[in-house]
Amino acid sequence: MNLTLKIWRQKDSNAKGQMVDYKVTEISEHMSFLEMMDVLNEQLVGKGEEPVAFDHDCREGICGMCSMYINGEAHGPDRGITTCQLHMRMFKDGDTITIEPFRAAAFPVIKDLVVDRGAFDRIQHAGGYISVNTSGNTQDANAIPISKHAADEAMDAATCIGCGACVATCKNSSAMLFVGAKVSQYALLPQGQVEAADRVQNMVAQMDLEGFGNCTNTGACEVECPKGISLDNIARMNRELMKAAVK
Amino acid sequence: MALDSKVPKGPIKDKWTDYKNKINLVNPANKRHIDVIVVGTGLAGGSAAATLAELGYNVKAFAYQDSPRRAHSIAAQGGINAAKNYQGDGDSTYRLFYDTVKGGDYRSREANVYRLAEVSTNIIDQCVAQGVPFARDYGGLLDNRSFGGVLVSRTFYAKGQTGQQLLLGAYSAMNRQIARGKIEMFNRHEMLDVVIVDGKARGIIARNLVTGEIERHSAHAVVIGSGGYGNVYFLSTNAMGSNVTAAWKIHKKGAYFANPCYTQIHPTCIPRSGDYQSKLTLMSESLRNDGRIWVPKHLDDVKAIREGQKKPTDLSEEDRDYYLERRYPAFGNLVPRDVASRAAKERCDAGYGVNATGEAVYLDFAAAIERYGKEQAKINNIENASEAKIYELGQKIVEAKYGNLFQMYEKIVDENPYETPMMIYPAVHYTMGGVWVDYNLMTTVPGLYCIGEANFSDHGANRLGASALMQGLADGYFVLPYTIGDYLSDDIRTGEISTDTKEFEEAEKSVKETINFFVNNKGSKSVDHFHKKLGKIMWDKCGMSRNEQGLKEAIQEISDLRKEFWKEVSVPGGSEEYNEELAKAGRVADFLELGELFAKDALVREESAGGHFREEHQTPEGEAKRMKEFQFVSAWEYKGEPKDAVLHKEELVYENIEVKERSYK
Repeated sequence: MNLTLKIWRQKDSNAKGQMVDYKVTEISEHMSFLEMMDVLNEQLVGKGEEPVAFDHDCREGICGMCSMYINGEAHGPDRGITTCQLHMRMFKDGDTITIEPFRAAAFPVIKDLVVDRGAFDRIQHAGGYISVNTSGNTQDANAIPISKHAADEAMDAATCIGCGACVATCKNSSAMLFVGAKVSQYALLPQGQVEAADRVQNMVAQMDLEGFGNCTNTGACEVECPKGISLDNIARMNRELMKAAVK
Repeated sequence: MALDSKVPKGPIKDKWTDYKNKINLVNPANKRHIDVIVVGTGLAGGSAAATLAELGYNVKAFAYQDSPRRAHSIAAQGGINAAKNYQGDGDSTYRLFYDTVKGGDYRSREANVYRLAEVSTNIIDQCVAQGVPFARDYGGLLDNRSFGGVLVSRTFYAKGQTGQQLLLGAYSAMNRQIARGKIEMFNRHEMLDVVIVDGKARGIIARNLVTGEIERHSAHAVVIGSGGYGNVYFLSTNAMGSNVTAAWKIHKKGAYFANPCYTQIHPTCIPRSGDYQSKLTLMSESLRNDGRIWVPKHLDDVKAIREGQKKPTDLSEEDRDYYLERRYPAFGNLVPRDVASRAAKERCDAGYGVNATGEAVYLDFAAAIERYGKEQAKINNIENASEAKIYELGQKIVEAKYGNLFQMYEKIVDENPYETPMMIYPAVHYTMGGVWVDYNLMTTVPGLYCIGEANFSDHGANRLGASALMQGLADGYFVLPYTIGDYLSDDIRTGEISTDTKEFEEAEKSVKETINFFVNNKGSKSVDHFHKKLGKIMWDKCGMSRNEQGLKEAIQEISDLRKEFWKEVSVPGGSEEYNEELAKAGRVADFLELGELFAKDALVREESAGGHFREEHQTPEGEAKRMKEFQFVSAWEYKGEPKDAVLHKEELVYENIEVKERSYK
């Protein structure tokens, strides 16, 4: 198929960006979206022009590095996937596709479609861990039985890949789904209880400091989340925060 | 220089404990005056960085991704082995050791593997304490599954995302140390050289991938945990950015490179669909617990399927060839990866491949769905359950076990694997070869360590499933933090290492020259053009099976391609900015050298062992034929061009295991 691409080009974080039109031809429906971008970039390099910068790495939907906003949706039109898993069969011949970076005040653009998600790391530094040193003599793993239900629910929360689609989608640029997922993983496990109050307070404080917005229960984040992280995690985070406040 | 593996004396089961009791330690007050650089933040690098920082060293960690959490360890799906024997099925440290040495086709170092098996149980304890949500059974205890090449259930898992959860565990341990200021994290940085001062590794030159700035970083020791070099094939299951650069740069500065030809071609990957393909996707080996692999028995059925006149589900049981069950009745679909991959290639080469390219076999869950469905009907007291009901019940179980993998398959291939068998084909996945290290995980350069997939040590000529995660974490959490202390105990009075020296200046100058060459070269071809060409040579001539003539051709072709690359490569953009083409150019330049050494190593190794199959050396049944005289590690010393590399041999001695024919029949 033949497509028109409208792509955000921005030289660096200080430059003023703009949308630029490109044409690609003979795109196979079996290609992934990023392979289509490879075709475009190969064309640009062939002409001596600078290729479009975009983040990507594992190309199998798990590293969380890819981050495009395609036709007004984080990770594009399909559900339960990242951009690298989006396939061209979701588009038709003659389509015009708009491609922008993830937009949020806390995610400044580095170049073209590449944004800086360092704020997510800094929230994790504030409390996204259990304080246990590596020792080789922690208690036996089976000494802490954990109900299958709790383990499965913790696992569901832990599948967050930190891509930032929730933030990009949210009209408030809220990171509460991301933070809620990490808080929930530990809140659901006995190992996480000791530091639960400090953890949620510190992570939420850092989240606010980074300039993420608040949650107004729109639920768009849950819809666009490639890993299907549930809104329940935000509710659980709020409960944990309340619990911590009255402690 | 003679190779000294520094394996401690004494009975194998006491070596590590005795050794740890005797090595030198660094006083906690002195550790804060010692800096360590860790390159790579996957399971090996991430766990090492966190543990070294916990111990009190000042760690500087480097990742080319935008966060340490994105390292490619995250993509490992199936699980991690540990000799916990929670299932009471006869597992033990010795058995895990035995399986790993045998699985590696008797080409790994005994003492290292035994230590790996020994610390494997600590890993599970540590990860659970960190809050890694491993799968559990209804009693709340940890669940296990089985992987290829073994007869016990010792694999711990977190859905199909075990690597992700273990990496997030290491990442969380790092975060705690980053918050304390004990780890300084350098995201979007790429190491471009190591700096050697007075014969010791004392720092690195790194490029900030956002600004393009070239930076000097010093330390008392340097640890490389930068992963494998599977991307030398262009198409592999590795991440797009995975590269050999850090490992290759240290090789060029004196670290020997061992067994480059040992590559793992993983049997269960999604077949390629076209020339535009940028990478291949792996489906976890855990699928072979329940999936049955087959091709049609008759060529006319193959033809009908390829032309779309027949569907795989149309073929009756008699018309299917479950070739792994046929050839290897004892291990069946759970033979080790090298065996499963070669068997698939053998069938496809004989014309039985089931897709348009002729390079695909089926992985079928119909039998598993039926088996689980019947079991569920019984558990739920459903008498005379209909076929549809059984299918429905069984599908739920398969979905709970492998749902995310099935979903991934469906998104890529656009077929529902619950209804029709999956198509799979082998793809390059893991490299057993890597930087040569001694028992301390130190390379041939003092103060320069190499851990995880980047080193060569534990998997011999073939790695068993769920052992990569084990090795990465064993090296980073439990081995390196001890052994590096022994070395650093000599450095307590050294003080900070200055970067204002001629060694740093020279290294920086040479890095800058290369970068300037790339951005100024007025070539006519893109970096990917060369990478793809290299990949094709590697796959065709250094792939699942190799022969003398092909390898000789490969050496010549890669050497020619490298010359052309340095003449014709075109890199748009500048050096002092975000420039992915420039980063890629440097990586491909290194692959073009490694590729030739790889072929040379494969040519020298005139035997078949594990992932290295030489057509000249096979049994009449087509199985790999190992040769006693090749029971050594090939460690290559850099001498300029890859063709001039000098071979050093580390003889492998097996005192605790009998070297036998590796049979899975």
